[in-house]
Amino acid sequence: MSEPLLRVENLSKRFGGIVAADGLRLAIASGELHAVIGPNGAGKTTLLAQLSGQLRPDSGRIYFDGRDITALPMHRRSALGVARSFQITSLFLDLSVLDNVALAVQARCGHSFRFWRNARAEPELREPACAALERVGLAARRNDLASALSHGEHRQLELAMALAGNPRMLLLDEPMAGLGPEESARMVEMLRALKAELTILLVEHDMEAVFALADRITVMVYGRVIASGNPADIRANQDVRDAYLGEQEVAHG
Amino acid sequence: MTPAWNVRTATVVLLLTALPLVPVYTRLAHDPFLLTLFTRIVIMALAAVSLNLILGYGGMMSFGHAAYLGIGGYAVGMLAHEGIYSGLVQWPLALAASALFALVIGALSLRTRGVYFIMITLAFAQMAYYVVAGIARYGGDDGLTIYKRSQFFSPLDLSNKIQFYYLCLVLLYGVTYLVWRLVNSRFGMVVRGARSNEIRMRALGFPTYRYKLVCFVIAGTLCGLAGALLANHNDFISPATMYWTRSGDLIVMVVLGGMASPLGPWFGALVLLVLEEALSSITEYWQIILGPLLLLIVLFARGGIDGLLRTIGGKRA
Repeated sequence: MSEPLLRVENLSKRFGGIVAADGLRLAIASGELHAVIGPNGAGKTTLLAQLSGQLRPDSGRIYFDGRDITALPMHRRSALGVARSFQITSLFLDLSVLDNVALAVQARCGHSFRFWRNARAEPELREPACAALERVGLAARRNDLASALSHGEHRQLELAMALAGNPRMLLLDEPMAGLGPEESARMVEMLRALKAELTILLVEHDMEAVFALADRITVMVYGRVIASGNPADIRANQDVRDAYLGEQEVAHG
Repeated sequence: MTPAWNVRTATVVLLLTALPLVPVYTRLAHDPFLLTLFTRIVIMALAAVSLNLILGYGGMMSFGHAAYLGIGGYAVGMLAHEGIYSGLVQWPLALAASALFALVIGALSLRTRGVYFIMITLAFAQMAYYVVAGIARYGGDDGLTIYKRSQFFSPLDLSNKIQFYYLCLVLLYGVTYLVWRLVNSRFGMVVRGARSNEIRMRALGFPTYRYKLVCFVIAGTLCGLAGALLANHNDFISPATMYWTRSGDLIVMVVLGGMASPLGPWFGALVLLVLEEALSSITEYWQIILGPLLLLIVLFARGGIDGLLRTIGGKRA
């Protein structure tokens, strides 16, 4: 088998007495949609923070495309093609939808000490931003203020910002959180379309979405991986049932 | 931009054409005082435009912006006192001194947020106030009379009031255009992004501190220019120019006119100074009238006068 796009080895992270990652191993092949599930406090968000560079692990290594990125800061990782969306939506509410995405593009274009040219007229920034909005289905709202969008649209915008830099890998932190059934379904469709183009690591509580989308699933409990495999294996796994999945959810999936 | 002919556009066009005509009117009406008032309005508008860059666009609530008025003014005054009258020496020095002061204050204060930022900028400005008030050679508390205005090449004569007015006006137009370009550039988008959501900006990979510091220094430098003009206008500079209430006046102009609006500070300076003038001729307790009036505008016209004009115009531009 070829080298996975993302490989995590022996990752450990503690906050005082709380173990957020305990010898974590993970391998995500290129083109795969890999879901990470687990009960609250399992360390999923901490894992994403370490992968994106927001947090430093206490020990262990992270490889992206064969390159050790453990010590790289966030912006260097995003330059390599790792993009992250946030669980709690964090946008520029008083800027337009397009400005939000254009800033994400601009972040990838080197320093911004350019004082004269109108940034809103630069095709270099606007075109990739429009393309990203097109992909998430927000193109029609590009000139509205971000604050005028619904919660579901905020999620789409968040995704567009992650896509703006043409990343190779997306780290998604609970993109379905707080969405109504209809919005959820739309998000699932969107992720299904995206998964054909890039590698996705999805942290999600919505089991229906996870089993509908994932190629592989990793189950975390208290900072450890208790199971990893394809959806059918995970559904059948007794440890997972005991630790996490309710009977009902499994039957439902 | 598609200019829709509404109240706001009409007001802006009126303002842009009326300001250059002020000297014509004062000549015909034999009202030299009006020219003095408008020169002052133009200079203060310039200072407010510079504050708007950091306060309106950058969200940096500096409570010490008048310090640059004083620094720019004292650079002119001190050099004149020492017999150096050339504006080509005085003005670059005024700008450089303001830039340096802004760099030092900014480097320290931009590490803090919110109330602390306000307090630190206030503290530094008050320090500058007490320092110049203590220099006996340059008049200390009493201030410094400037006997000769800055001298430039031959046709330009700053002691000619009309010429001086036009010089101030050209600089106001130029600086406003400069700031407008700045806030719409990539640099400006980073500064706006940092005001809107600084944490997210950092997560996107922008080192926001550097951008804010550069913005802070540019604003300080531009206000130093206003200071050099003000000293020439008054033929006098005193520590009172940089007292904290003067910084407050500048904030009022920006908020009143409309934050993060390119011409908002013009409206703010114009309305505040004209009101001040008109009300103080009615009663010596004019501030009792001005205070509630400002309160009403700020309460009921979010976005200041510029916001009000947009609402009346009924169209969001």
